[in-house]
Amino acid sequence: MRSQKRKLALSHKILMSVEKPARYIGGEVNAVMKDPDEVEVRFTMCFPDVYEIGMSHLGIQILYDMFNRREDVWCERVYSPWPDMDKVLREEKIPLFTLEGQTPVREMDFLGITLQYEMCYTNILQILDLSGIPLFAGERGEEDPIVIGGGPCAYNPEPIAEFFDLFYIGEGETVYDDLLDLYKRMRARGTGRRAFLEQAAGIPGIYVPALYDVEYHEDGTIRAMVPNHPHAPERVVKQLVVDMTKVPYPEKPLVPYLKATQDRVVLEIQRGCIRGCRFCQAGMVYRPVRERDVEDLKEYAVKLLENTGHDEISLSSLSSSDYTRLKELVYFLIERFGERDVNISLPSLRIDAFSLDVMSRVQDVKKSSLTFAPEAGSQRMRDVINKGLTEEVILSGAAEAFRGGWNKVKLYFMLGLPTETKEDIEGIAALANEVARVYYETVPKENRQGRVQVNSSTSFFIPKPFTPLQWAAMFTKEEYLDKARTVNEAMKRQLNHKSLRYNWHEADVSVLEGVLARGDRRVGRAILEAYRRGCLFDSWSECFDNEKWMAAFEAAGLDIAFYNLRERSLDEILPWDFIDAGVTKEFLKREWKRAMEGTVTPNCRAQCQGCGVKKFGGGVCFEGQD
Amino acid sequence: MKVRIKFRKTGLMRYIGHLDVMRYFQKVNRRAGVDIAYSAGFSPHQLMSFASPLGLGLTGEGEYLDMEVNTCGSSAAIVKRMNAVMAEGMEIVGVWRLFEGAKPAMAVVAAADYVLTPEPELWEDIKEKAEAFFAQEAISVRKKTKKSEKEVDIRPLIYDWRLLDGGIFVKLASGSADNLKPELLLEAFCRYAGQEYDPCGFSICRLELYAREGGEAEGRLVPLSDFGEEIL
Ligand code: SF4
Repeated sequence: MRSQKRKLALSHKILMSVEKPARYIGGEVNAVMKDPDEVEVRFTMCFPDVYEIGMSHLGIQILYDMFNRREDVWCERVYSPWPDMDKVLREEKIPLFTLEGQTPVREMDFLGITLQYEMCYTNILQILDLSGIPLFAGERGEEDPIVIGGGPCAYNPEPIAEFFDLFYIGEGETVYDDLLDLYKRMRARGTGRRAFLEQAAGIPGIYVPALYDVEYHEDGTIRAMVPNHPHAPERVVKQLVVDMTKVPYPEKPLVPYLKATQDRVVLEIQRGCIRGCRFCQAGMVYRPVRERDVEDLKEYAVKLLENTGHDEISLSSLSSSDYTRLKELVYFLIERFGERDVNISLPSLRIDAFSLDVMSRVQDVKKSSLTFAPEAGSQRMRDVINKGLTEEVILSGAAEAFRGGWNKVKLYFMLGLPTETKEDIEGIAALANEVARVYYETVPKENRQGRVQVNSSTSFFIPKPFTPLQWAAMFTKEEYLDKARTVNEAMKRQLNHKSLRYNWHEADVSVLEGVLARGDRRVGRAILEAYRRGCLFDSWSECFDNEKWMAAFEAAGLDIAFYNLRERSLDEILPWDFIDAGVTKEFLKREWKRAMEGTVTPNCRAQCQGCGVKKFGGGVCFEGQD
Repeated sequence: MKVRIKFRKTGLMRYIGHLDVMRYFQKVNRRAGVDIAYSAGFSPHQLMSFASPLGLGLTGEGEYLDMEVNTCGSSAAIVKRMNAVMAEGMEIVGVWRLFEGAKPAMAVVAAADYVLTPEPELWEDIKEKAEAFFAQEAISVRKKTKKSEKEVDIRPLIYDWRLLDGGIFVKLASGSADNLKPELLLEAFCRYAGQEYDPCGFSICRLELYAREGGEAEGRLVPLSDFGEEIL
């Protein structure tokens, strides 16, 4: 399709007046062009953040490839216009357009928005607004696209429910075909938007918010969520790929001109995680673990590097070390590509002899740093969150790494976990100190290259739906900052304080993220108020404006304390209870209780916990049984 | 072996900045399987250098880059292989093996040809003034450097000019010794013609890059492609 010259939606003048015009022109290597007259359905995938972030997302590449394999569908893309472009589009009254066809988004049949983090919610409203699509689903007409949400935040879609026509709960590869076929059939019959949504509600995994009414108790908690249409199921069951060898992988991913945050080939080696960390939403909702076939992966790696020209490949999974054929795969990659100056990056690897061997071959030991995520400072706290990493393992891993020449270590922790005490908090500094001590013990003076650097950073724990800690209370901004200060002061008291660095995340963003993560339908009003007040790109610290958000909550008549500061009772109806994410509420309750007792739970391979996802019929739950 | 590549950067690619173009070519080389040489060290990079970065928004019909390759097929074969993996708006025009002792392109660039195309209405207003503008003995402009601002005469840096249908052709000094950016010339011209200068009011296309024959100050200007030979 190279010969066909595309006409841009924006003039030369406009493109030259904004930062990085390449964000808006499309035409990237491997972008798919089709003739609009020869397709029946036009679908636009949106990642509601700036281009360079959105282009780094594997999920969109998978869906883009999947949709475009269908001859009757053209899938295009759109990302959030940066504030400079936002201003121009509004001033010049130019409707937001797709990158490929440079066609107004409003002319699409579908607008699919991926929901990766809560702090992009105002950006969703920007996309709709700039496209000229009514913000509320209920106000949309026959001319407007069907607006679909999907991705991790769809596991509690309620705060943004009223802005979407439907949500897709689960992994995109499974029932989209049914949805598109239904759309085509119904459009041919001219039945209209409302009828389509009602039928769509009958497809497994599809949630149509308009077909449900929510009733509240006087104290603000939910009394009931009731379907108001016979097609709307009481519980929407998450959809997932049972057999990973049967789903296609994008072999020709898009290669942007601008440097994306992930400027590399991303190879998804498995989905899910066996570990069962109690704070981790991905670890719960992507259950069960499903591995990809190692021979397939080798083939993909070769093809992907060839088709993109990237000089780096990164293995993607929640916990790479648990992939059973990891060694085979990694040594294949090193042998095949190590000579050809391809970097191999292995995030989420446990530090042990194998990973150190691999890392010493693929990276510059002197420059790179070693990463541990103990998540909590004391063993007691780690038991509460079921993070099975012990101090002993961290220190022996660090010792081995120091012997191998590393002298930079990064440690990741969370603050504000349930049952946390001052000792747990100070334990963060103590552990960092221990790591430094191990360095001075293991590396003789003459071999030291300056001081060891131990960088600790903390984020504030945010309870997420469908995790065993979903009932936990959060804290106020001031309390969070106190906790960070406690760590900071404890760091200064350590013997090796000169080797320790500490930084912490913003507290006000965490407070908001907490509300948006566990909020109910009413929170949508605050999001709209915030957007109207100019909030946009809230995940960017240079754009985030806490005061506007606080004013928005006030204007919406909502109390943040109600959402964040109370521990929910185990029998409260939670806004996301109507979703069946696989893990049962009984399992989550059991895990919550064990958390409160500080009892650890073994991982899926050590001992199945009967979490409920076995019903999907695949993955780790059936390992070793044919 | 050192090769010189001539390429076109047109259409949408004008919005891709120089650093991104560099990264683009690194990927093209990998996709096309060009056997390019790498620097030594822990983070090796492709041995490749561009003759002269092209500003954002400009198009180029005769852009150059030099590469060090280990092995290489015929010129025609490389052109074909690279073009097979190009994006819309980028095209390889030719590949030459550099003559023994030829200096890197970026060290020898001395002049560049441009076509400057104003928006049609603007063109109607200024085209009458072109003759008189270029006929001036001296054209004084204020040139801003990092430290100061000074008056310079740019007339000697304009080697040639010609009216075209709807625009102007110019040959300007370019490179490390003398350099005249087309934007600066246009600014001076607009001021002379009594028009406000709007950088987006013009399309600028760089047609060709030249070096001095024999590297002598008085040497003839020859296109950069003349410093090598076709690989058969
Ligand atoms: S059913 Fe058992 S093996 Fe399967 S995911 Fe749940 S705990 Fe793990």
